[in-house]
Amino acid sequence: MKKLVLVGLGACLVGMLLCMPTAVAAEKKGEPIKIGAIFSVTGPASFLGAPEEKTAKMLVEKLNKEGGLLGRPVELIIKDSAGSPEKAVSFAKQLIEEEKVLAIIGPSTSGETMQIKNLCEENKMILVSCAAAEVIVNPVAKYVFKTPQKDSQAVTWIFNTMKEKGISKVAMLSSNDGFGSAGKKQVEGMAAAAGIEILCNEVYDKQATDLTDILTKVKGTAGVQAVINWSIVPAQSIVAKNMKQLGLNIPLFQSHGFGNPKYAAAAGEAAEGTLFPAGRLLVVDELADSNPQKKVLAAYKKDYEALYKEDVSTFGGHGYDAVLIVTEAIKKANSTDRDKVRDAIENLKGLVGTAGVFNMTPQDHTGLALDAFEMMTVKGGKITLYKK
Amino acid sequence: MGSGDLILQYLLSGITKGSIYAIVAIGFNLIFSATGVLNFAQGEFVMLGGMIAVTLSFYVPLPVAITGAVILVALIGCLLEVLFFRRLRRHSIMHMVIITIGLSIVIQEIALHLWDEKVRSLPYFTGKEISSVAVFGATISPQVLWVLGTVAVVFVLLHAFLRYSLQGRAMRACSSNPEAAMLSGINIANLRTLSFGLSAGIGALAGCVISPITMTQYEMGGPLAIKGFAAAILGGLGNPMGAVAGGLLVGVLEAFSVSKLPAAYNDVTAFAVLLLVLFVRPQGLFGSPTGDGVREF
Repeated sequence: MKKLVLVGLGACLVGMLLCMPTAVAAEKKGEPIKIGAIFSVTGPASFLGAPEEKTAKMLVEKLNKEGGLLGRPVELIIKDSAGSPEKAVSFAKQLIEEEKVLAIIGPSTSGETMQIKNLCEENKMILVSCAAAEVIVNPVAKYVFKTPQKDSQAVTWIFNTMKEKGISKVAMLSSNDGFGSAGKKQVEGMAAAAGIEILCNEVYDKQATDLTDILTKVKGTAGVQAVINWSIVPAQSIVAKNMKQLGLNIPLFQSHGFGNPKYAAAAGEAAEGTLFPAGRLLVVDELADSNPQKKVLAAYKKDYEALYKEDVSTFGGHGYDAVLIVTEAIKKANSTDRDKVRDAIENLKGLVGTAGVFNMTPQDHTGLALDAFEMMTVKGGKITLYKK
Repeated sequence: MGSGDLILQYLLSGITKGSIYAIVAIGFNLIFSATGVLNFAQGEFVMLGGMIAVTLSFYVPLPVAITGAVILVALIGCLLEVLFFRRLRRHSIMHMVIITIGLSIVIQEIALHLWDEKVRSLPYFTGKEISSVAVFGATISPQVLWVLGTVAVVFVLLHAFLRYSLQGRAMRACSSNPEAAMLSGINIANLRTLSFGLSAGIGALAGCVISPITMTQYEMGGPLAIKGFAAAILGGLGNPMGAVAGGLLVGVLEAFSVSKLPAAYNDVTAFAVLLLVLFVRPQGLFGSPTGDGVREF
């Protein structure tokens, strides 16, 4: 019996070996342009990585159907880092050394991106990150770009809205990952100038499942007028729920990390009234037809929702923008020489993406202005534009 | 809000977390008592319970979905014992512990592929996301009462089962002296399977009642298993009462730690106290000091 199994296995192996060379040869023929992608498709940051992966796959498939780039097909090599910086580093090395890709898009989280920022810079590898923390592009690294709006812009929007509402004393909560700590630093750094006082400043575990103890502390701190929560993990929904359960009825501001309708859905009624800055993708139906982004956003939303039967999120949008930036730059450079493509990215002007209109410069590797954000809120379970 | 109310609120918050740890710890204890194995896949039973219940709840009413999930996961627990532990009993405890760690990784991966990476949750059993119950000036989600009630009911039923039913008494006999139990005609192997099944079922039930609070995701099991394990050790391994007390204690310690220290330190506080207790009482708070008794219920 055992022998039979062995023989069977052997036969399978031989079969696979026979098939392989032909498959490889077929690929080599078209000389595909290789683009690497590191997304946290699974793990605590899967709310980001999964839509990014789906979006990137969708775009590349579409591109290849339309004839590819410079007459060559594009091959997207996706690695799932599960949100782990260690895995991101080893995947980045693999993409650089073994796959010899032209550019890497992703990772999904700021923590991972910061771990591979130097690695890419040293290897002169183009990195277009889908993570938001400002430290990714400040200080500027020659080969590193990112697609989401900057933290500091999100903080500016939040503080401006607070001023309008007459709020000056806040409690700051953040998760203990790259995004959370980068946001915390921005808020701390910009608070004084904006006349905002942070009375309570707490960091929670990124896998936290209950935050009532921290929120009890907030409740017990006299004078707190609003809560700012800065994270990308499901804790964003838990904060909203726990606040209501504790009877803590003050405004909740979240970061642009809240830009996935799933978070609002997960918090149910508790999400009502949550305020957060985000790109216009979530409110595309409310945009005027004259808005330059309207066409791009509507098309992306339609394609994505038809293909995957789920709501679009701004995170998928960051993946969209990353693919768009790399492919546009390859077209502009009319070459797959890495340095030429890099120069082309840095000179992209007026490129309409999902996060906003990109105007890259040697000093600004995000290229988005403050108006890439809008203040949003949750009303009747739907994300909508916040109106004073 | 007065300082008295605040203390009560911290206490309730601690009880919320603690009751979750407690119910995981009960499952730990049950398998440990019957087999001597520390089952680090216990957290995975909790996750599977929640996941299966969420899936079933699309097709059948909530109580049926939960019952179905508990039965299914209990069967999975039995199956794992039959497949992986029945033939291994001559190996060391260390082997078995490592196998449970391996199993937990495999179960997680399978769950990731069966479902996906998304966070799900069952609806609140009573009320919804924004409802809260006032308890002497502090407030608590009604779901926490469900969790506490479940802990109490499981505890009482388990106690009655082990004390008064023939199967339960056989299980105790086999935990305190396997050879003697075997000589008096008890089928130890089957009892061990039963203990895995029971423990998995309890874990699944836990997964269902905590799902509205913690939400359910394929990788929620790991951290739960660690905290549940700490609770079981603190209370004294093999003692179900100790598991409940240990769980609540770890939860309350974490909550009060937040009131004085930055929240980032709450694990440090909980584990520092755990270590201190173990220095003074290596058998845990409610464990018996003699080695054999450790596996007595």
